[in-house]
Amino acid sequence: MSVEPLLPAARFARTDSVRRRERAQSLAKATFFVMAIAMILPLIAIVGYLVYRALPSLSVDFLLDVPRRGMREGGIWPAFIGTLYLVGISLAVAAPIGVLAAIYLNEYARDTWLNRLISLAVINLAGVPSIVHALFGLGAFVYAARFGYSVLSASLTLAIMTLPVIIASTREALASVPMAFREACWNVGATRLQTIRAVVLPNSISGILTGIILQVSRAAGETAPIMFTGAVFFKAVERGNLFPYHLNDQCMALSMHLYTLSTQVPNVEPSVLYATAVVLLATVLLVNVTAIAFRVWLRNRKKW
Amino acid sequence: MKTIVATDLRLAYGTREVIHGISFEVERNEIFAIIGPAQSGKTSLLRCLNRTIDFVPEATVSGSLLLEGEDVRKIRDVYGLRRRVGMVAPLPVGLPLSIYDNVAFAPRCVGLRQKSDLDAIVERCLCQAALWDEVKDRLSSLGTALSGGQQQRLTIARALSHEPEVLCLDEFSIAIDPVTTMRIEDVLKELRSQITIILVTNLVQQARRLADRTMFLWRGEIVEIDRSEVVFSDTPGDRRTYGYVQGTFG
Repeated sequence: MSVEPLLPAARFARTDSVRRRERAQSLAKATFFVMAIAMILPLIAIVGYLVYRALPSLSVDFLLDVPRRGMREGGIWPAFIGTLYLVGISLAVAAPIGVLAAIYLNEYARDTWLNRLISLAVINLAGVPSIVHALFGLGAFVYAARFGYSVLSASLTLAIMTLPVIIASTREALASVPMAFREACWNVGATRLQTIRAVVLPNSISGILTGIILQVSRAAGETAPIMFTGAVFFKAVERGNLFPYHLNDQCMALSMHLYTLSTQVPNVEPSVLYATAVVLLATVLLVNVTAIAFRVWLRNRKKW
Repeated sequence: MKTIVATDLRLAYGTREVIHGISFEVERNEIFAIIGPAQSGKTSLLRCLNRTIDFVPEATVSGSLLLEGEDVRKIRDVYGLRRRVGMVAPLPVGLPLSIYDNVAFAPRCVGLRQKSDLDAIVERCLCQAALWDEVKDRLSSLGTALSGGQQQRLTIARALSHEPEVLCLDEFSIAIDPVTTMRIEDVLKELRSQITIILVTNLVQQARRLADRTMFLWRGEIVEIDRSEVVFSDTPGDRRTYGYVQGTFG
């Protein structure tokens, strides 16, 4: 009986099972690629179409000028600056509260019924529709706290809306810091606060900031919460004035402006509508791009 | 006075008792090895000693555990206690700080700010941990960028930076190569004159090389404590010890 020695080439020949796996592999890759492209194409289409339709009205003057002739002409400065006010104030309120609450929940809280209740509340609040937040803001800030229809009420309502999401994203960022780092600090006699300051925060700050900045787009885009609490159809503001509103003034906002312009005002030049949408989109995208750039910069400094 | 005296020490996680009333003493400036298979309560015992067991909410400790005559369980200042008991974990943990900051972290935590004092501590600890020559020119580079063996020595330097009375090493060599292990073992022999060392190890040979006395812990109970010559001889006090050391039991 003689045994044919297997040639090396024969030993590494592709069998059917290898071919099957290779086919599955390339099929999977193609599928994922198509899905990724499918994500991007509509976005490009939307932005492209918006900009194309907006071009006749789009100019620096459009951004800086005030609306004229019952919103049909002129610019959107009062709405633009109003949105900046609302978003800025709401984040100035929500970010510190959210981050500190998340630090408590992730670093200090033990597994008690109270803390579970808080966590549950945070998760559920994040899922509450914005119109419900609007009604809450109306009841709590406009009437109960007597802030009236104002920038303050509207900003606080937006803050309440973004707070749970900031808490959730901050907790996630904190939880991504390996437990071993904390234990190493505790082992040398560091308190929890010293551990948080020296190791936990520096290594989660990029995630925390990203979570906060992504809420900008949400706060800027929502109409319902501010419509009930402080945003109005028209407010007389000087062209290019950076400080047109007091905290207890009513204000205009881009999202609200777009909504009323497209539903309440007859005979508006369509390009004005599209231009308003482009400014809103550009503001949000600009903030997001800044957030991403900042995140990349911080991640490059990440130390493990 | 003995450095550590445990009397009928018990530890339970919830209703599951993992240390069943053990009593032992550790002399000053000796190397005291604790050997035993996994799940014997070795690491839990160390965590009782520096009170990091407090972070496990369902853990209950009873009995007494004295450090220099002071009941560890009643010490108010746990942070002070943890500075007195240095701890080196099984896996090397370089904090994501510079090498210098890694070692200076503990002194800074107690408010030391003077640059010259910190410099002296960093140099002393890195020398003691046999790492100084390798890193002295790059103290500002990241501790996490060091190799595993270097990070473990960095961890030891960090544990020495708060001048502990007792240094606990929990299976320090499982993630590092034999050459580095031998270097650290030499470090421990040097330190023996200044500090009490508790060495938890899975390596029977390591305990035999280093320890003055050895405790064989099995399923939360002490099988045997004796001088290492006896524990690792052909005639230890308990048959199970002989079996474990020879590799036929456990």
